[in-house]
Amino acid sequence: MQFMAHQKIWASFYNAGGNLINMERRKALKTGGGLGLLGLFTAIGLIRPGMAWAKYEASAFDAKSMAETLDALGVVTPESNLSVHLTVPEIAENGAVVPVSVASFLEHTEQIYILVEKNPNVLAANFVFPDGTESFVTTRVKMRETSSVIALVKANGKFYRATKEVKVTAGGCGG
Amino acid sequence: MGNPMRIRASVQEGVTEVKVLMQHEMETGLRKDADGKLVPAWHITELKALHNGKTVLEGQFGTAVSKNPYLVFRFKGGVQGDKILVNWIDNKGDTRSDEVEIS
Amino acid sequence: MNTHTWKCAIFIFALATYCSDALADGSASDEIAKYREMISDGNPAEFDEMRGEDLWKKPSGPNKTSMQKCELGKGEGIVKGAYAELPRYFPDTDRVQDLESRLLTCMTTLQGIPEKDITSKPFGNENYKPDIESYVAYVVGQSKGVKMNVPLKHPKEKEAYEIGKRIFSYRAGPYDFACTTCHGQDNLRIRMQDLPNFNNKKDSQAAYVSWPAYRVSQGLFRSFQWRLNDCFRQQRFPEPEYASEMTIALAMFMATNANDAIYAGPGLKR
Repeated sequence: MQFMAHQKIWASFYNAGGNLINMERRKALKTGGGLGLLGLFTAIGLIRPGMAWAKYEASAFDAKSMAETLDALGVVTPESNLSVHLTVPEIAENGAVVPVSVASFLEHTEQIYILVEKNPNVLAANFVFPDGTESFVTTRVKMRETSSVIALVKANGKFYRATKEVKVTAGGCGG
Repeated sequence: MGNPMRIRASVQEGVTEVKVLMQHEMETGLRKDADGKLVPAWHITELKALHNGKTVLEGQFGTAVSKNPYLVFRFKGGVQGDKILVNWIDNKGDTRSDEVEIS
Repeated sequence: MNTHTWKCAIFIFALATYCSDALADGSASDEIAKYREMISDGNPAEFDEMRGEDLWKKPSGPNKTSMQKCELGKGEGIVKGAYAELPRYFPDTDRVQDLESRLLTCMTTLQGIPEKDITSKPFGNENYKPDIESYVAYVVGQSKGVKMNVPLKHPKEKEAYEIGKRIFSYRAGPYDFACTTCHGQDNLRIRMQDLPNFNNKKDSQAAYVSWPAYRVSQGLFRSFQWRLNDCFRQQRFPEPEYASEMTIALAMFMATNANDAIYAGPGLKR
């Protein structure tokens, strides 16, 4: 079951011809209107200089498919890794609130991405971990339908993943 | 200015756990209102958590993070009374900062 | 099986088959229980509690009075633990009142707000948050961890309980439904939701102490009166009047059956 789910997702990395989609690293990420805004915050003293934000990965958040998203993130075929722990419910009573916990036991974990394969935009969230912060995060995401949830971890410049399926029920009446 | 957050931070055995509950609609931009018109996307894009002024977590949200986002994370260090500040920005340029002391 | 049971069974079966994701009973229920456990922390109802607490202290209405002098049964201005002892008999109004009906009394008498202004729109939606709903969130939150201890001493309290009990099994409407049709036996469910059996003490307690609640599917905090109205809607009954004697009696019956349980609201529901 688990294996099948993986196959399905990773099959989507390949185009119809069976060739690996170009996944060269792309650094050109738009920040959108963010820069002017950050300037403003700095000016009003909300954000001190030197407290720079990581660039908002707009092109990855806008991407529609898994392949596009990974391409935008510059991910080269991530390996499944048992040191990435993904905790999700098997069944979510409501797709509006699906709890997701990710813990990475890989050394030098820099980032954790949460992806939902069948959402209109695959990338849900991205977390950046400075030294001293445990590579663990819990949050909640929306899921349009039953889908695989992927925890993508960047450690030492390389990408790793863990995948689990969450069944989303329509929910009934009563409560 | 955005609505207040609920932040709880507690330290145990040298590790501080921070729980943040934000108030935000997190509109996907795909939902239609009663008149059948698309409700424009409106969501938090970035957030940052600081411990005594030092960044301990950065986050970026797309439209798929649930309404009233919830977040738990942990960092090493921190003692009772230290300050935890959380700040977010949304795609309309709205922002909110709240601060609590570690208990 | 009597015809009554059959009706519910057929109704529920139809709903269950509609849900294509229906899984084997036991495991699905366990997984849903796990899901509920996972989302139990970080309840957005906290924001309604915060809003309610602020409003409670703020002078409001034509009389520019705050709610701080509202008597909820434990003495003027005492909010802590009050919800765990409601509904109850109030001598000043000479009737049994649940929380929402009592808040109505305070808002009309202390603040001078016309009753119709409140009862015509007592439930929120995405663009509207009635004050009474925020008061509810604040007051029930102040009973979290308190043991349910609804008094059943005054003759009018006993009467309300008996009326509530009868309403609970009162069959009517186009489907000839009663609350007990679906909530009077074990192991019934609608789609993925197990239905509490209110003839069973444990189920009654668990259901009562988790309401009022934040509904994730609606993204809104919902009061107990709203919950009762929704049950009537599902039975295809006419919608009850807000804070009417009938709903108070029903609340009295359900609250009393939850006695001795630890109040745990506001809850977080699918």
